[in-house]
Amino acid sequence: MATWRSLRANVRHLGILPELRRSRGFRPSRRGLMVATPLRNDFFKDLEAKLSDSRKKLTDALPGSTWSPLDINPDLPPERTDIVIVGGGVVGWSVAYWLKKKEGIRGGLKVVVVEKDTTYSQASTVLSAGGIRQQFSLPENIGLSLASAHFLRNINEHLAVLNEDAVDVQFNQAGYLFLADDKAAHVMEENYQAQRAAGAQVCLLSPTQLKEKFPWINAEDVALASYGLENEGWFDPWSLLNAFRRKAISMGVIQCHGEVTGFKYSSMQATLEDGQLMELRRIKSVRVQMPNSLECQPVECVLVVNAAGAFSAKLAGMLGLGLGCRETLAGIPLPVEPRKRFIYVFHCPDGPGLDTPFLIDHSGVYFRREGLGGNYIAGRSPDQGEEPDISNLDVDHQFFQEKLWPHLAHRVPAFEKLKVTSAWAGYYDYNTLDQNGIVGTHPLVSNMYFATGFSGHGLQQSPAVGRAVAELILDGGFTTLDLSRLGFRRIVDGEPVFERNVV
Amino acid sequence: MNLNEVAVLAKPCLSFVFSLVGCCQRSSRLLVARRPWSSSPVSSPPLHKRLLLFLTERFYDVEMLLRWKSGMKWRGLQKKNAHYGYTENIHGANIASAFYILSLKGGFRFVGQSEWFRANRRGKFSWEFLKYKDTPLEEVDMSHTIINYIGLSNLETQQSLRTLSVRGCSEVDDWFLARLHVFQDSLKELNISHCPRITTGGLAALRNLKGLQRLDMSALQGISNPGLVVILLEEMLPQCEIIASGYDYSVEPEGVYKQSGQG
Repeated sequence: MATWRSLRANVRHLGILPELRRSRGFRPSRRGLMVATPLRNDFFKDLEAKLSDSRKKLTDALPGSTWSPLDINPDLPPERTDIVIVGGGVVGWSVAYWLKKKEGIRGGLKVVVVEKDTTYSQASTVLSAGGIRQQFSLPENIGLSLASAHFLRNINEHLAVLNEDAVDVQFNQAGYLFLADDKAAHVMEENYQAQRAAGAQVCLLSPTQLKEKFPWINAEDVALASYGLENEGWFDPWSLLNAFRRKAISMGVIQCHGEVTGFKYSSMQATLEDGQLMELRRIKSVRVQMPNSLECQPVECVLVVNAAGAFSAKLAGMLGLGLGCRETLAGIPLPVEPRKRFIYVFHCPDGPGLDTPFLIDHSGVYFRREGLGGNYIAGRSPDQGEEPDISNLDVDHQFFQEKLWPHLAHRVPAFEKLKVTSAWAGYYDYNTLDQNGIVGTHPLVSNMYFATGFSGHGLQQSPAVGRAVAELILDGGFTTLDLSRLGFRRIVDGEPVFERNVV
Repeated sequence: MNLNEVAVLAKPCLSFVFSLVGCCQRSSRLLVARRPWSSSPVSSPPLHKRLLLFLTERFYDVEMLLRWKSGMKWRGLQKKNAHYGYTENIHGANIASAFYILSLKGGFRFVGQSEWFRANRRGKFSWEFLKYKDTPLEEVDMSHTIINYIGLSNLETQQSLRTLSVRGCSEVDDWFLARLHVFQDSLKELNISHCPRITTGGLAALRNLKGLQRLDMSALQGISNPGLVVILLEEMLPQCEIIASGYDYSVEPEGVYKQSGQG
């Protein structure tokens, strides 16, 4: 008896048998030696797995499945497409969305967006402070920002996907506050007239009104302040980028992770009146290289949209723009270069409260509130000739100590006590000619459309710029906003269209 | 003996039951593993919604119909809130605003009058308000209506508006609050309670209402830290009396407090 009991105990410990609660009068011999049952279970389990494997193989072999004996990389872009958008930032995806929205019939346009870094580690979009303002001097810029603000207001009518969460860009309606000293006060007044004429809701404040509205400000050396009442504030750029991307992909845009390394183009020689030879190029295909690989895929296309942001000049250089003789058209490069800008996050316990606007001082220093815990974000454009090195995105903390903190403490006395908690750096796609965006085609390359060079206000103008580029491509010209002054002509003629309110 | 017999009889049943239990455990594990899409704690949508989703993923027609339905709903809303320009040209701005409010089943009171003009539940109202062509509006009650950002353009001309109530309006959001700056000199009382779309970013826009004396912001679902937001609002609007009921100000568990004290 004892041996049978111990055998049963062993078997129970091995977990083969289920526990029998009321086990009086058990027959240990019969239960203990039933080892045949587990084997039979294994056999049936294996049979089931084998059957499902062979069923899967059969469905793969039949036509209609995606299996093929040749080992093809599934991440390659399609061999032939209509439009290739180079650059997967907010401008690129905005163009993709608007192209699909205006295509007319379902599947009428095939659009591929090529992005070289899907972690967006160096992209200007996600490293931006996220502000939107209408306080510009150029009517085109005011119009672009106003249209983008209207887009953000109705964002769920545009970018909501069926049965998915609604889009929330976390828009803070706090407004922008520009401060001007005596020298710049008349410029601010002229800008105010232009802004009002274009429909922006801005108001001018005298130093006493400023002090009354924002008691934490030191308004001693301020001559005039310009304050946005509506449609101004800041939001989350990552949410906007993902909203554009999700909606565009749901409409059929193809996303490709790869880098554009070259173009195949056809050339045509034309002789000008003065005997100069001009080479007109037309892009036939784009060479896309896969990440971490030497594998390339040529993508035949009709049009290419250059939305590569800070790296647009490199792309234009692949077409030979800027590499010709200096006096010819081909010798004029795309005047967009990356410029590094820093943003510092600091904590100040007694700082301004919920109504802190995006304040921009006349010295160029700006700051805004971040969250509800007394954290703020500040930055400043460096002076001419002191541009930081663009080879990496390292932060210079000395810059904050020397150039930012004194001005911050002067403007807001509570900021004398603050602690920098974090900082990051990002690139501006800086237009060296006049710091305004370039929207349009190049005279020498008829099928490359540019949407770059926004110098720090690309994010806030991206919805409207996307619509403008889509109109240019599909309607043949601008229909809602006329951006012909922002085209390539001013760069060819060397006549800058200056924006006076660049931050 | 009795127990022995019972055990003898029960054994095959028990073994069958135990094997069934094991089978059920295995299959329940499979069921749990097969539902990766429902990661949210909300239960799966009702049957008709799931059927519609199934059809939408497979048929273009169903997708188009659903999109039309939501598009028509949005267009109807915009149409109801359109600018009453025709009425404004013929009868003047005050009558246009009054007509708009009554069409949306709201209520208002003229300056100097004590009676309220309202539409009844079925939308019928009296045309008595046409007598007061030159009197601006002083108090407007748009509770539980579909007023939105565009609809506010009909009220912008009322520069002596003292009280505005948009309690329980489902279309009032942060942009609507930002547009209230048109009433910055005159507005004294504002009621934005029970509006589901308002978030903290929109409350920052109330800084422009310098003359505000009473603000009711109870039960706003979009605010994540109501206690902190109310304190910040009180700092932002010092002369204003803020009513904020309907929030759960219960204390967080101790661990969280200890960390925040040191950090």
